Amino acid sequence: MDLKDKLLSSFLAFENNVDLDHPVHEVRSEAIKNFEEKGFPSKKEEAWKYTSLNGIQKVDFSIFPKKENTLEYKDIKKYFLHEIDTYKIVFIDGVYSSYLSETTHDGVDVCLMSAALTKPQYKQVIDVYFNKVASKDESLTTLNTAFSKEGAYIYIPKNKVPKKPIQIVHLATGNEAALMLQPRNLVIVEENAEVQIIERHQSLTGNEVLTNSVTEIFAAKDANVDYYKVQNDENTASLIDNTYISQKDKSIVRVHTFSFGGKLTRNNLNFYQNGEYMDSVLKGVTILGEKQHVDHHTLVHHAEPNCESHQDYKGIFGEKSTGVFNGKIIVDRIAQKTNAFQQNNNILISDKATINTKPQLEIFADDVKCSHGCTIGQLDEDALFYLQSRGIPKKEATALLMYAFANNVLESVRIPELKTRINKIIANKLGVRVGFEL
Amino acid sequence: MLEIKDLHASIEDKKILNGINLKVNAGEVHAIMGPNGSGKSTLASVIAGKEEFEIKKGSLALDGENLEYLDPEERAHKGIFLSFQYPVEIPGVSVTNFMKTAINASRKARGLEDMPANQMLKLIREKSEMLEIDRKFLSRSLNEGFSGGEKKRNEIFQMAMLEPKLAILDETDSGLDIDALRIVANGVNKLRGKDNAIIVITHYQRLLEYIVPDFVHVLHDGKIVKSGSKELALELEEKGYDWIKQEAIV
Repeated sequence: MDLKDKLLSSFLAFENNVDLDHPVHEVRSEAIKNFEEKGFPSKKEEAWKYTSLNGIQKVDFSIFPKKENTLEYKDIKKYFLHEIDTYKIVFIDGVYSSYLSETTHDGVDVCLMSAALTKPQYKQVIDVYFNKVASKDESLTTLNTAFSKEGAYIYIPKNKVPKKPIQIVHLATGNEAALMLQPRNLVIVEENAEVQIIERHQSLTGNEVLTNSVTEIFAAKDANVDYYKVQNDENTASLIDNTYISQKDKSIVRVHTFSFGGKLTRNNLNFYQNGEYMDSVLKGVTILGEKQHVDHHTLVHHAEPNCESHQDYKGIFGEKSTGVFNGKIIVDRIAQKTNAFQQNNNILISDKATINTKPQLEIFADDVKCSHGCTIGQLDEDALFYLQSRGIPKKEATALLMYAFANNVLESVRIPELKTRINKIIANKLGVRVGFEL
Repeated sequence: MLEIKDLHASIEDKKILNGINLKVNAGEVHAIMGPNGSGKSTLASVIAGKEEFEIKKGSLALDGENLEYLDPEERAHKGIFLSFQYPVEIPGVSVTNFMKTAINASRKARGLEDMPANQMLKLIREKSEMLEIDRKFLSRSLNEGFSGGEKKRNEIFQMAMLEPKLAILDETDSGLDIDALRIVANGVNKLRGKDNAIIVITHYQRLLEYIVPDFVHVLHDGKIVKSGSKELALELEEKGYDWIKQEAIV
């Protein structure tokens, strides 16, 4: 049985464990119909030209983990940003782990999607927001919607700021030979409220893991959202991350994606601007080796005047790794005075590494500033000679230049400890001694 | 110290140096002058070890050791320093961290431990004050957005930090106003000593009023066509390079 058939038949089993009368189930039923019709995307589709899901579909994934697992915090501490105090929503093999988590209802809700989707006190919010910005026809998103049951639920009311950042961590123990996870997150940040979120998916063994995640983020007027994705997984773990963001007037949403590992990673990052004077920030650092593959597909839809977007993705590709960057910007006819910037710079450090980069601009307004630039190159020989002439050996100089190239994107990271951590990961990846602060 | 014999060098089969002979002893300052395209910067790059240039003939030695097959960093470890005519901008690496990395790399090559942080800071403070460099400047990305003068001053700051045996200053005076020129020249003069040597490459005599050379050489078509004392620089200033070119043809 291929994965699609297995998922379709699993949906029937899934229905035995959810409230069929809840309005959300109607949404799920619609979604599974869409997935049944469309199935997994193929390379024939333009958006999937460079990323093949064929291999994944041949794996016999467990759709529901058989038993609950426990882990000792000390064994997995390194996957957390443990240097600072944070709220934590932690899942082990897709199941919520209360003893590793720290949730709150103190002025803000940092808790579980399973609670939000079942308990009456959340019904009103769910009615307004659930599946409202996520695509209703993109097949992997609808697949997630069909199985939506668990994940993180974060609600920040008007004028509130949580006391500390929130970490969402998914751990896979390897108890199943191959496990598929479909977390569903909902983040609502009301007027003039703020939140900082760090998300990580981590496999703990060499067993196969496939995560198909959907996150919906709603940023109301004057809201300020920072979302950091740390992707540094095992070479047997694949991630399809579908993130949908709806922004209102004067809000700022920044999403940073740090892709340092994993077998296959696909990031579908979609920003929908519904208001004026807002800023959408999309930043990424990708450093790959071996046969790793990362595909960034971004979309920024400017639907009203006077808004900005800033995209800056840097990639370093070694060995037989492959990268894709596809950045789509749509500026509607009404969206005058839009400032949209897009940058994607790549360095190939191996003859066998590949990068496909493509800006895709659809501009219907006439008074806009849109700039885009894609570069693929090797390191600057003159810069290398300059460093060498000061006594820095070629290997170290090369690493230092790559480090500087990637590190530039981190300026907008607003959690200093996270910035330091990412700096260290980058330095490690590139073999640079970082005995200094940058 | 530096001995260059009948040096011929090319880039992509284009001959640039056509038989240079030059001997620089410890404690000396040599000025190399010459019109545009005469090979001045190429000579500097060849001594520092830029790979694009191929040595076709002749030899290049420092303290009797052949330099030809040494990487630029190995030459730096032996005490060669090139102040670039066009210093490269390197975003993301601060001046301070760059200096720390460079100094510790040289120390490592000599079998020494990293310089202790407090000693490093003291050294940086001392040398930046000497060159009247603002502290804020040191945390900025290397050469990024620096004015021409700031770049040159930064080059001499690096020279002061690394204390080279042989410093080659390639058009260090270009882009400097008179005050900056004085500061830079003053910094260079402080580094003059009986154990080291300096080669000043310049187009104009102006810099040589501040950094007074022991010898002046005129380069033309990749060859030293005339050598003399510092008075030769004044003569060049007055007459231009044409008479040298004509002499060379004859």
